[in-house]
Amino acid sequence: MHEASLAGGILKLVEDSARREGFARVTLLRLEAGQLAGVEPRALRFALEAIVPGTCLQGAQFTIDEPAGQAWCMPCSAAVVIEQRGNPCPQCGGYQLQPTGGTELRVVDMLVEDE
Amino acid sequence: MCVVCGCSEAGQTGAVVESLAHSHEPGHSHEHEHEHEHEHEHEHEHEPAHAHVHVDPRHGDLHFGAGAARVSVPGMSQARAIRLETDILGENNRIARHNRHHFGAHGVTALNLVSSPGSGKTTLLCATIEALKRRAPGWSVSVIEGDQQTSFDADRIRATGAPAIQINTGKGCHLDAPMVAEAFSRLHDHHHDHHRHDARSLLFIENVGNLVCPAVWDLGEDAKVAILSVTEGEDKPLKYPDMFAASTLMLLNKIDLLPHVTFDVARCIEAARRVNPAIEVIQLSATTGEGMEAWLHWLEQRMSPPAQSPAADPAIQQRIADLEAALAEARRAAAAVGFVPAQHGER
Repeated sequence: MHEASLAGGILKLVEDSARREGFARVTLLRLEAGQLAGVEPRALRFALEAIVPGTCLQGAQFTIDEPAGQAWCMPCSAAVVIEQRGNPCPQCGGYQLQPTGGTELRVVDMLVEDE
Repeated sequence: MCVVCGCSEAGQTGAVVESLAHSHEPGHSHEHEHEHEHEHEHEHEHEPAHAHVHVDPRHGDLHFGAGAARVSVPGMSQARAIRLETDILGENNRIARHNRHHFGAHGVTALNLVSSPGSGKTTLLCATIEALKRRAPGWSVSVIEGDQQTSFDADRIRATGAPAIQINTGKGCHLDAPMVAEAFSRLHDHHHDHHRHDARSLLFIENVGNLVCPAVWDLGEDAKVAILSVTEGEDKPLKYPDMFAASTLMLLNKIDLLPHVTFDVARCIEAARRVNPAIEVIQLSATTGEGMEAWLHWLEQRMSPPAQSPAADPAIQQRIADLEAALAEARRAAAAVGFVPAQHGER
């Protein structure tokens, strides 16, 4: 559900950029939603497609990269990959993990046209 | 007008004569100067792969970076790439940081209470306010209530005598930082005594009942407190890990009902620690008052120092803000080389 609010935030970022850079249309928008960012990429895509008609994002292609979740395992003293919060360390099976990556939620870049 | 670069040289010559339209050879450079050599106007039909080149009319020099993209890419003319690298929640987080400084400057400790609907947040808040009246009469306690509809909860809080502002989110599933900024400014206008900056005050922000979305939005709070009642499942921390990972404290509420329900307290705490090894846990019942002492003690420990402390000095606030910015920069640099230190209290 909160993906709708995020889509609104993305549209605002892009429209601000359109005013600043003076472009008319976005053809490709690349986003990053880490696996630990608390965002469902399918819902985000759906929300984006619902709000873009009539905006400079209309007709744009969306790609959503999902960087893997990374955590620091304290017993192992090692960086490990986890799919979601609450999963054990793949090396020792413990839960003393501090997420360090895969929490990104951002607009990476876009291809735009001027007319 | 040239349809590729939008330059007005062709346009200056007047109307376009359709019959004289011609095509360039693939890769053929578009020479604007020929406009001036011919007596007639004509329309250009450029190949899609047309190099976007501007020709100096005097010397015939070629400039490939004159277009909007300021760079020539084979097969690409009008389109240009813009690198934003911007946090989608950046605007919310900016206002949340502002809220945090604002709270700090006024000696306000703000707690964001999150839970499922029906966990007993409002009952717990009413009981907490009543208990604090007796225990710490000098503290001012105020409440921001978030619900989709109605002001029932704010009415219940106001009945205790504490100031409360209701935020109705409509279709929204969470509170965000601008909503809290607006509500706090109203609480502030109505109830804040500008001459009592040494007073300690608590602001409870009761979020919309939802264990998913509020985890993502920083409101500028000092800590998130997750409330889970024993009438819910003990495995909820595993089902909604983001929320319990974001919380500093888990309040296990309605423990007076434990004899009547199947709820394994130890398993619940273990589940919470699996998603957040550092989470603190307090078991209580807002109805019977059992465990309230531990919760009030936790609040006491959490309270900000009075606003007259050096931390309230604007110069020191600025210094803190500068250092926080430098720290964020260092974290980005660390991320670039592969290791990101733990980020506490910010998203």
